[in-house]
Amino acid sequence: MILKPLIALLAFSEGGPQSFLLDINPGVVIWTTIVFLLLLWVLKKTAWKPILNALDERETFIKESLEKAENARKEAEELLRENKERLAKAEEEAQKVIEQGREYAEKVKEQILAESKDEARKMIDEAKVLIERRQDEAFAQLRSEIAVIAVGAAEKIIKETLDEEKQKKLIDTYIDELKKN
Amino acid sequence: MLIAELPLVAQHVADKVEHAEEQGGGWIIHHILDNYNFLGIYPLPRIHLFGMDLSITNHVMFMFMAAIIVFFIMKYVANSYGKSRVPHGFANLMEILIVFIRDEVVKPTLGSGYEKFLPFLLTLFFFILTLNLFGLVPYGSAATGDIAVTSGLATLSFLVIQGAGMKKAGVIGYFKGMIPHGIPSWVLPIMFIVEILGIFTKPFALAVRLFANMTAGHVVIFSLIGLIFILKTLWVSPVSVGFALFIYLLEILVAFIQAYIFTILSSLFIGMAVHQEH
Repeated sequence: MILKPLIALLAFSEGGPQSFLLDINPGVVIWTTIVFLLLLWVLKKTAWKPILNALDERETFIKESLEKAENARKEAEELLRENKERLAKAEEEAQKVIEQGREYAEKVKEQILAESKDEARKMIDEAKVLIERRQDEAFAQLRSEIAVIAVGAAEKIIKETLDEEKQKKLIDTYIDELKKN
Repeated sequence: MLIAELPLVAQHVADKVEHAEEQGGGWIIHHILDNYNFLGIYPLPRIHLFGMDLSITNHVMFMFMAAIIVFFIMKYVANSYGKSRVPHGFANLMEILIVFIRDEVVKPTLGSGYEKFLPFLLTLFFFILTLNLFGLVPYGSAATGDIAVTSGLATLSFLVIQGAGMKKAGVIGYFKGMIPHGIPSWVLPIMFIVEILGIFTKPFALAVRLFANMTAGHVVIFSLIGLIFILKTLWVSPVSVGFALFIYLLEILVAFIQAYIFTILSSLFIGMAVHQEH
């Protein structure tokens, strides 16, 4: 009951040369060709060319941009590496300079120390010499003064203790001595 | 205008349905077949030129409309590239389809030198797609559900395939290239027949595939709706409408798939004709 019309519609339909499903109307085939070729011709000129060109251009642009970005990244990395290297070198150099400075300072310190020690010794020596001389001088002065004082004292003592008898006796011995000579 | 005609159409459909049982399935075929009335209502002029019937039929009108729509859409897309490098919205949607056809369909199947055939294949895809989708619009009919239209398109594909092959290898070189290397000479006559047949079966298959797919969906939808009238009960209508809706949604998918298949197979055949060594 249901199947009969369904089968019928797939196979045939009622009357007329145009009503069969697989009939080809040549006019429609020609119209299809004309419409399609016209559409193709018009679109090729007005749409496909600009669209495909724009797509190509954009793709090249994107590709180039990516390449540029990649290059820039590489460059930046290179720069960073270089900077780091340079920084490390600079640090090393600075360390070296500091080390050198320290060494120099040490040397200078030692030198100064040695010099000052020498100086001090020299001064001490000089001082010693001076002291000795002063001592000598003082002794000499003292001696001469003592001699004067002693002579004076002796004079006094002689003046007081030398009586006539003693003087005579002294003079006599002195004369005797002279005579012998 | 169309709204005003609605009662007329309703009456027309009702009349047809009335006679459904007596006619067998004729009314369904009637709705799928081409006719000389635009939208099945407005009579179109009959043209006879050079002893041929070049009348503009309903399907030819839909092809005109499809061509105009595709032209304006692509013109709009092309213009949108002038405004910015990256168009958005509708132009972007079209770009996805264009890039898909270029990168996923034409490039892998056609290989080197694909640029020459890209405009043809893009036009083919969008024209067929638009025609297919017209079948899903109220009052619309799918011109690709007409074997005349699909054979016209397949003929063009056939000409492009053979033309491309002959241009690449020369006419004689092209036919020589069809014969595989190192086969015994007594097989040659058979090979010749097979290859010549193959040349014609490819576009024939293209035409029939598109036609049958587009027709089948419509026939199924009509049949499902027709069940209501054939069984003369409203109780079957939820089933009918539900299934019809399901088939309708499937038809949307089929509209895209068939346009895609027609394009990819055309591209593949052109590729095979151009690169015969593979």
